[in-house]
Parts: sequence; C-alpha cells; structure tokens
Amino acid sequence: MHLDHATTFPERHTHSAEPLRADGTRRALRIGLGGPVGSGKTATVAALCRALRDTVSLAVVTNDIYTREDADFLLRESVLPPERITAVETGACPHTAIRDDISANLEAVEDLEDAIGPLQLILVESGGDNLTATFSKGLVDAQIFVIDVAGGDDIPRKGGPGVTTADLLVVNKTDLAPHVGSDLQRMARDAKEQRHELPVVFQSLRSERGVTDVADWVRARLAAWNAA
Amino acid sequence: MSRAALLVLADGRFPAGGHAHSGGAEEAVKAGRITDAATLEEFCRGRLHTAGLVAAGLAAAAALGIDPLVLDDAADARTPSAALRTAGRKLGRQLLRAARATWPSPELSALAAARPRGAHQPVVLGLTARAAGLGPEDAAYCAVYESVGGPSTATVRLLSLDPFQATAVLARLAPAMDETVTAAVTAARRALDDGVDALPRASAPLLEIGAEAHAAWPVRLFAS
Repeated sequence: MHLDHATTFPERHTHSAEPLRADGTRRALRIGLGGPVGSGKTATVAALCRALRDTVSLAVVTNDIYTREDADFLLRESVLPPERITAVETGACPHTAIRDDISANLEAVEDLEDAIGPLQLILVESGGDNLTATFSKGLVDAQIFVIDVAGGDDIPRKGGPGVTTADLLVVNKTDLAPHVGSDLQRMARDAKEQRHELPVVFQSLRSERGVTDVADWVRARLAAWNAA
Repeated sequence: MSRAALLVLADGRFPAGGHAHSGGAEEAVKAGRITDAATLEEFCRGRLHTAGLVAAGLAAAAALGIDPLVLDDAADARTPSAALRTAGRKLGRQLLRAARATWPSPELSALAAARPRGAHQPVVLGLTARAAGLGPEDAAYCAVYESVGGPSTATVRLLSLDPFQATAVLARLAPAMDETVTAAVTAARRALDDGVDALPRASAPLLEIGAEAHAAWPVRLFAS
C-alpha cells in the first residue's frame, strides 16, 4: 500500500514553506488532515499524538469553524502538553484557511516552533468541510483525507479532489459498516479506481489495531522528509 | 503607476488573511445594529469615516515613504482597543508575508525584521503599495475599500444577506470612498512636513468597545 506520489516533496518559494530553516536545519514536516464533518479527523489526530509522542517531537494546529472545540478536545484528552496545541480561526471558511489563503496557518506553525523550539512534525487539522477541500502545498508537505463508512459507501466512487489526490485516504469507523449497510469491499474497489496506486487505509480506532497503519505511514513520510 | 498591480493588491482574494475578519460586523449583527442592507450601509459609512479614514491616512503615508516604524506607533495610538491592536498586527503580519512573496522589496524585509510579530495592517499595506510601484492614492483606495468590503462579505455570511444587495451597498458608497481617499492623501502629504500628528485620528468608540466584547465570545465565526 505504500506507493506514493512520484515527486515526494517538491521545492517551493513561499515564506516559511522552504524545507530548511534560516539556520540551515530541516524544518518540521507538516501533514494536513482534512475531510467531511464528523469523519473522525480529531479522533485520528488524538490517536496519532498518542502513538507518536514518545518518539517524535510534534505539535498540532486545529482549524475550528466557529469554536475552539477541536483544540479543547485535544487539550482535555491531554494528548500533548497545551503549548503544543494551537487553534486558527477561519471566518466561516475552513477550506479558505487551508488552501486559498494559508497565511494564518503558516503563522500558527511558525509560532509553535518559535515558542517550543524545533519540532519534527506538525499536524494541521482542517475544520470539517466538503469533499473538495484540500490543503495548499504552500502549507503542508503531505495530506491525509479522512472519510468514514457512515457518510455513505458511495463517497470513494464520487471522488473529488480530497478522495482522488490526498497522499493517504483513510476510511474510518469500519466497525460501523455492518450497522449502516456500507460495503467495505466496494469502497476499496472504488477508491482504487479513483486513486490508482495511492494508498488507502481502512481503520477503526476502536479496534486493537487502532491508528497503527496511519502512524506507520506518517513515520515513513517523516523518514523520507529527513532523508531528502 | 500600474493599474493592474492595483487590482492585484485590492482583490479580496489576495491571500492576506482578511477573510477571517468581519471588521466589527459580527458584533454589530449580534447586537442588532446590522439587520439588512440599509443598516449594513450605515455601518459601513460609519467605518468609512472613522477606521477607514485612519487606515487610509496611514497607508498613504507609508506609500509616500514616511518611516513605517513611526507610523506603526501612530497606528497604536489611534487604536484604543487592545483586541483591535492585536487583530491589526496579526493582519499586518499576514499581509507582509503575502507581500514579500508577491513584490519582494528591501523595505518590506526590513519591516519584517523590525516587527517580527507584525506591524499594523494599514502601514504594511502602504509599504506593499510602494513595493508594487503604486502611489499614496492607490494605497488609500485599498485601505478604504477593505474597510467596507470586509464587513459587507462578512454580513453576507452572517445574515445570509442577498449578495447582490451587499455589493450594491458598496457601489452606493463609492462617492464617499473617493472623498475619504482625498482627505486621507491630503493629510498624508501634510504629514511629510508636519509629522504623523497631521494624520487622521477619527475614532469609533462603539467599534472599539464592540471589538473588546467580541474578543471574549466563546463561539464566533470571525476572528474580529
């Protein structure tokens, strides 16, 4: 499943998007998590933090639509120390803040590194949006699109930029499939058709395996980033 | 000057963070002061003659080459609300990032080095206009248009106001915008000789008070 985009981390020229810091060291890898409302983005971020925090220096930026609820959830769950979680306000337009006008998110990312020193990984979580919401390459180095089986098993077939182009597609809440009448094999077939060789993970955070596959994928990206 | 460069800078899609701010409209909507197109127009007219005029004066002065750090202090002095000073610097920092990527200039880099946490947005706007080869009138027009364009689009989202009506409000305000620009640029030219005290210092107490209240809301759509 670990076949990725041909160009892993293309050069860019936005301020603070360059892969090296002013002192020549490599800046933190930034991974965006997007997807529809309620698909399990925040739960996946929380699980990733728990899985990675002992071995990776990481922080989280949330993009709530009209509250600080996602940031507050992560704080309440104590997945990271509070200074490693920050929230961006998006003016009723979560997709604008991650794609068309990334300035507030870039600031949040920079402020995190200013405040707590060099980081290895920053997860940028989008506010829940629609199937066309994708992250700008000026903001993140790779993106994960999270959908769930309860949102309808026709979402992979319908495609859209999130499903089609994300570096990793996560189909979440597989434990619910029998209860909502979703056909996982059909979802896998449709995803393969839309995404060709790009990877797809089916996950249930309630299962023993939990976030393992996604965490492994993140670790692989991190290794590629540090080796680049 | 390049008229096309002015359009690039004045475009609401210019990626400098404005979309997350309502210019006080969110608070005014909740307080019942903006309820429809007519009240939006009155709100915008009030902003034009206060916050808009002050921003335009600062932007024109920066475009004329007056020291941006002195102007930054002048902007602080003209913004009683701490919440608005914070928002102004945040937006200035975001604009500076966008400006340095679009029109790189030593002056913009120097300001970024001197004010890493952000300078006031109108000052950055004026310096950006300068970097883009634009003049003080252009900078003032951008500031004035932004001072009413932001609340107008925010109200479309907040009240589900008819977008045609909201745009018609802006069109009706065009003559007043012209007058505000003229006043702001005249004052900015005077500031070249007489110092920054010659710049407009009109204040809108309700906007300042409302901004403080808004900043404390637990649930809101806009950052200011």
